[in-house]
Order: sequence, then C-alpha cells, then structure tokens
Amino acid sequence: MQEQSDVARFEQAVLPHLDAAYNLARWLTRNDADAADVVQEAFLRALRFFGGFRGGDTRAWLLTIVRNASYTWLRRNRVHELAATPFDEEVHSGESDDPETILLEGADTEMLGQALEALPVEFREVVILRELEGLSYKKIAGIADVPVGTVMSRLARARKRLRLFLTSRPEGGLK
Amino acid sequence: MSCEGLQTLIQGYVDGELDLLGNLRAEEHLKDCAVCARDLQNHQALRLAFTGESLYFNAPPTLRGRIRSAVRASGNAEARPGSSSWRWMAAAASFALVAIAGWSLLLRSRPSRDELLAQEIVAGHVRSMMAGHLTDVASSNQHAVKPWFDGRLDFAPPVEDLAPRGFPLVGGRLDYAGGRPVAALVYQRRQHLINLFVWPSADESDDRNRMVVRQGYDLIHWSRAGMVYWAVSDLNLNELQKFAQALQNSASRDDRRLKR
Repeated sequence: MQEQSDVARFEQAVLPHLDAAYNLARWLTRNDADAADVVQEAFLRALRFFGGFRGGDTRAWLLTIVRNASYTWLRRNRVHELAATPFDEEVHSGESDDPETILLEGADTEMLGQALEALPVEFREVVILRELEGLSYKKIAGIADVPVGTVMSRLARARKRLRLFLTSRPEGGLK
Repeated sequence: MSCEGLQTLIQGYVDGELDLLGNLRAEEHLKDCAVCARDLQNHQALRLAFTGESLYFNAPPTLRGRIRSAVRASGNAEARPGSSSWRWMAAAASFALVAIAGWSLLLRSRPSRDELLAQEIVAGHVRSMMAGHLTDVASSNQHAVKPWFDGRLDFAPPVEDLAPRGFPLVGGRLDYAGGRPVAALVYQRRQHLINLFVWPSADESDDRNRMVVRQGYDLIHWSRAGMVYWAVSDLNLNELQKFAQALQNSASRDDRRLKR
C-alpha cells in the first residue's frame, strides 16, 4: 500500500488552521475578498514548501506564509500603508486614570475593531497575533521576522495607541 | 524598582512572559505604587476587551472548499512519476494532452525534460502575474535582493542589476520548478515583466541559448557556471534576447573581475 499522499497529509496538518490564516489576512488586508485570495495564495505556497517543513508549530508556520503573502499583496495594492508612518509617541500623562479604566471596560467591540484598523500594519499584526491568536512573543517574532524586543515595543506602542483611541472619543466608550 | 523600570516590564507582565524574578519585581512595585497599579488595571481592561469572539474573523464556509480544490489541483500538477495514485494518472493524462498539443505544433517527436520544464516555467510566470504573487522581496537593489535568498535556498543565485541596460530589477521570490525550490528574479522592460528562474545544475554541457514559445510567451534558457537560467516574458523575442545577452555580458564581467 502507498503511504498517504503529500496532499492528503498537507490537508490534514494545515487545513485545520484555515480560520487563523483567514483572520490574520483579513486584519492585514481589511477586506473579505482580498483576504480570501491572499489565503488561497498562501495555502498554495505552503503546499509547495510543505516538503521542507520539519514539523513543529504548524499554525505559526502557516501564519508566517500568510503574513508574507499579505505583505506581498499590500506592496502591490496598498503600498502607501507600508510607507512607515510612525505614529506620535505623545501619550497623555495618565493623571486621570480612573475614567480611562471605566471607558476601557465599557469599550465595545466595534470601537476596538476601528481602533485596530487604524493602527499601522506592523503594529496591527503583533496585536492580532498576541490578542487573537494568543501566541508567545517568541513565535510572533518568528512570524514577523523581527527580534523579540521589537515585538515587545510594538505591542507597548500599539496598546498605548488603542487606549488613547478608545478613551479620547467622547461619543463612544460607554455603553 | 522605579516606575520607568516597571514600564519596561508591564507588557511582559500582563502577557505572562516574565520569568519568576521579573514577576516578583513587578508585583513588588505594583503593591506600593498606585499610579502603576492603575496603569496595570487599564492594560488588563484592554486585554479583556479582546476576549469577545466577535473580533475574530472566521473563514467563510465557501473558502474551505475553494482552497481544498486549489490545493488538490496544484498537488496533482506537481505529482511526479513513481507515485501510483490515481491522481497521478489524471495528472499524467492532462500532461499528455498538453504534450500532444505541443508536438503537433512543433512537429517534435516526444516531450523532453526541457519541454516539461518550459511548461512549469510558463505556469510559474503566469502565477506570478496573478494578484499578490510577483515578489517576496521587492527591491531594485541587487545587494538587497541577493542576501534575501540566504537561508531560503541552498544556493546563492547571481543577481545582476541591469537598469543601465534598460532592464531594471523589480525584486525576487522563491518559486518551484524542476522538482526543486528555485530563485525567481523579476525584471522590467517598459510595461512588461520578465521572470528569470535560476537554479544550480551539474549539467555543464549546454551553454547555448535555446528559445521556445509556449502559450504566447517567449522563453530563453541557457546554463552557465553551474547554474541553469530560464527567462520568460510576454516581451517580444528580440528584446528578450537582448535581456539574456545583457545578463550574460554582465555575468562575464563579474567573472573577469573575480579572476583578475
């Protein structure tokens, strides 16, 4: 009898991570149809490289490919988003923190989604991988191809930005 | 510990990424500092806001089926003789059809290894033109493109900058041809893109330029200094030949420079 074919092994190992792949591509492209195209492209690439994959964390491996495919797409279609736009580091002094907590606790999902979409892509991706995929700093560093220290500082800056976004809009925040 | 000290730890603290000592130091400070404790509360409130499932985009149900068929179709196309599965038979049948069509056009007797490669190269070129596929590293700088391949391939592809000859470099990516990962370099001529596939080969016998036409694309292939080159483009053959020549001249200049 033949062993299971490569394609069957691939489907068994990689297809279960389709949701994670789509979630990342969707947050990076911010569009349903483009995310689907990017994910399909990423799966075909993954199939080609599957022979060289030595095992380990399949989800992180796939997410690396999805992330690269998303960036390729961004370079072709949204190159202005990749032009580094370092957002200002100015963060309020934090004197009146109690109201901030109340606002954050009352922040609804829609607002948080908007805040995320407003982040530059390299900050958005670390938040998605950390908060929605629950990946460790080390795995995120591997996927985004940056040192762990960079992951940490991007997370810190992204979170400051999200907090600012969620608490500085008077019409939002409270349910 | 100072408040600044805590600020460098607080991300790791809320994410559970600190070691035991780090955790203890952070907690000690948080016990005594109301300002930082409130900051921690805000961090935790923000983390909590993410726990709702609704921020997570699950793949639409149709995508799973679409990807499954794409994966199977692609897996079949890359199947090699020796696999006895029925899928190989199906792939062989479709290969045979293409090959027969190829023969009747070319009046050639049988599909050679080059014939099959030409098909793969054209397929690779066409795929690269589809959305989001052209380059993994986009740069017109050969010194940025070449190192990118380090660690991604088991060979170092020569990367020439042909901008002075009218063929600026666009970038590079990994591709797959002839049963192995290969370097694909992308060059541009006006609105036309040229894919140059490069991989090492032990076969030194053939250093002449050979030309083929497949599906309306011109291909030129040659081998030189242990590498096989396949250039493919929708550019006219004349200009593609100029491209090959420019590349070969530039490579020989490099050779001479090394020998000197």
